[in-house]
Amino acid sequence: MALSASTVSYQKRIARQKMIRGLLFISPAILGFFIFTLIPVITSLYYSFTNYNILQPERWVGLDNYLSLFQDDYFILSLKNTLFMVVIGLSIHLTFDLLVALLLNVKIRGISIFRTIFYLPTITPVVASAVLWLLIFNGRIGLLNSALNLVGIAPVGWLTNPDWTKPSYILMGMWAGGQTILIFLAGLQDVPTEQLESAELDGAGAIAKTWNITLPSISPVIFYLMVLNLIGYFQIFTDAWVLTSTREGGAGGPANSLLFYSMYLYQNAFQRFKMGYASSQAWVLLIIVLIATFFLFRSSGWVYYRSEDR
Amino acid sequence: MSVQTGTVLSSSSTIKKKSLFYLGRKKREQLGRTLAFTIMCVLGFFYAFPFYWTLNTALKTDKQVYTWPPTIFPPTPQWINFQLATDAIPFWSYMRNTFVICALVIIGTVVSCTLIAYGFSRINFKGREALFIVYLSTIMLPSQVTLIPLYIFYRKLGWVGTILPLVVPSYFGSVAYVFMLRQFFRTIPNELSDAAFMDGASDFQILWQIMLPLCRPALATIALLTFIGTYQDFLGPLIYLTNQAEWTIAIGLNMFKNMNYQDWQLMMAASALSMMPMLILYFFTQRTLIQGITLTGIKG
Repeated sequence: MALSASTVSYQKRIARQKMIRGLLFISPAILGFFIFTLIPVITSLYYSFTNYNILQPERWVGLDNYLSLFQDDYFILSLKNTLFMVVIGLSIHLTFDLLVALLLNVKIRGISIFRTIFYLPTITPVVASAVLWLLIFNGRIGLLNSALNLVGIAPVGWLTNPDWTKPSYILMGMWAGGQTILIFLAGLQDVPTEQLESAELDGAGAIAKTWNITLPSISPVIFYLMVLNLIGYFQIFTDAWVLTSTREGGAGGPANSLLFYSMYLYQNAFQRFKMGYASSQAWVLLIIVLIATFFLFRSSGWVYYRSEDR
Repeated sequence: MSVQTGTVLSSSSTIKKKSLFYLGRKKREQLGRTLAFTIMCVLGFFYAFPFYWTLNTALKTDKQVYTWPPTIFPPTPQWINFQLATDAIPFWSYMRNTFVICALVIIGTVVSCTLIAYGFSRINFKGREALFIVYLSTIMLPSQVTLIPLYIFYRKLGWVGTILPLVVPSYFGSVAYVFMLRQFFRTIPNELSDAAFMDGASDFQILWQIMLPLCRPALATIALLTFIGTYQDFLGPLIYLTNQAEWTIAIGLNMFKNMNYQDWQLMMAASALSMMPMLILYFFTQRTLIQGITLTGIKG
């Protein structure tokens, strides 16, 4: 009896010691969680119910900020532009990147060289590549219009015509999809070869094999990239800002066709110092992202997990 | 028995049937491969050409930039443009500022993530998994939500206009890299550290002498990804570096663009120079980097 009691207390002491050691090691994470996440999230919710311009103390206004958000034409426009990118832009980008990865996976020669080239734009500093695309899109001397001129097509206002700015922006994003291509490619290399071979013996063609075996096998990767990019596309800022920002500090492009959610939030917070209003924008964003992610997960019945992955 | 032989026979006969097709199939495969290769070459050209165009434009005279048809190859490369561009803005000072921030952030990230990941993977304490899930879930939070309160917080501390808001948070860990390192630490057998622990080694000794030598590739990947991310960061410096002397290259380049909309050759020269550190790094560390991306990508 006495022995077992001391064993129990010994084990308790060990457990407590482990607890202290463990918490000590993760203490930066715990502190960071409170300082940089939890407290700011709560304060942000509080600010969203106030008027606050930093210089004067904040004033409680209840739901006013949220109500005026939905009467704010710029807010509605920025939300529409962002949703366009999340739905249309993301679909185009993922489909394109997947196609490139599928082609790269056909064990062609020089695959490592192609991989290097496709990843190069991702490694390029965003500001530098946006400046470069400004030159490519330039109406007078840009590469695209020069090429069009060569085949006798009238120049396009890539960044000056509000109807063209979004396609241009999507095109620029296609160039920078190297990371997605690499992740797809890594997923493709895990597709079970036995299944592909047996399908081949059954006389399945390349398209049938891709559709029935390859795509289901990499559906977890597709889903993962959808979730990851969904959140990312709601936060678009840098490249669109560099493309459209002017000397006077404005941004958003012609007719604000490239005014995205985070850009308008930035303008309200750091150019107009409407901290309360911008906080309510941030919270609406959080709610939209949560709802979108929820529905994405709800509709993930098409994602196929191999039994060994479970 | 008889059933088995039957299946073997029938399956071998299907193979024979297919083998009539076999040459055709092989040829078709060859054709598909050639087609894929051709498409890749065309695509690769489109991906690489903008880089060539950057350099090409950077080496033109101001007149050549505007001539039609565009010069595909500058007849007399204007190397002086690089000099002019770095004189037009305090380029090297922006570069130095960027590297200082990068160095401090890399140190902070690597050290803090190593400690946190060790705690989350090698010390088995109660409630660890629950804590980790809470910690991991914060990765879903859009950074815009914490942006404004943090700005107000740093302002009260008097940190706006200094590099501190960009550097200090990295000393408190970064969720994605902690996750990645934790995955890595978990692959190292417990026996190794347990034996050392029995011999009276402290956690820090285990971490330093057993874990770290095995995790060098993972740590290198984290350092690399942190460097790339910090070098490119735009929003953070835009908000916090209010003093032009503190600007990073990303902010400086955007400002140069805003001020100087006509001198494309200088803008491209500055752009090309700012790409250089990344490109050089990429060519030397490609393997580590690509492994890291696919690792964090798939397992993330």
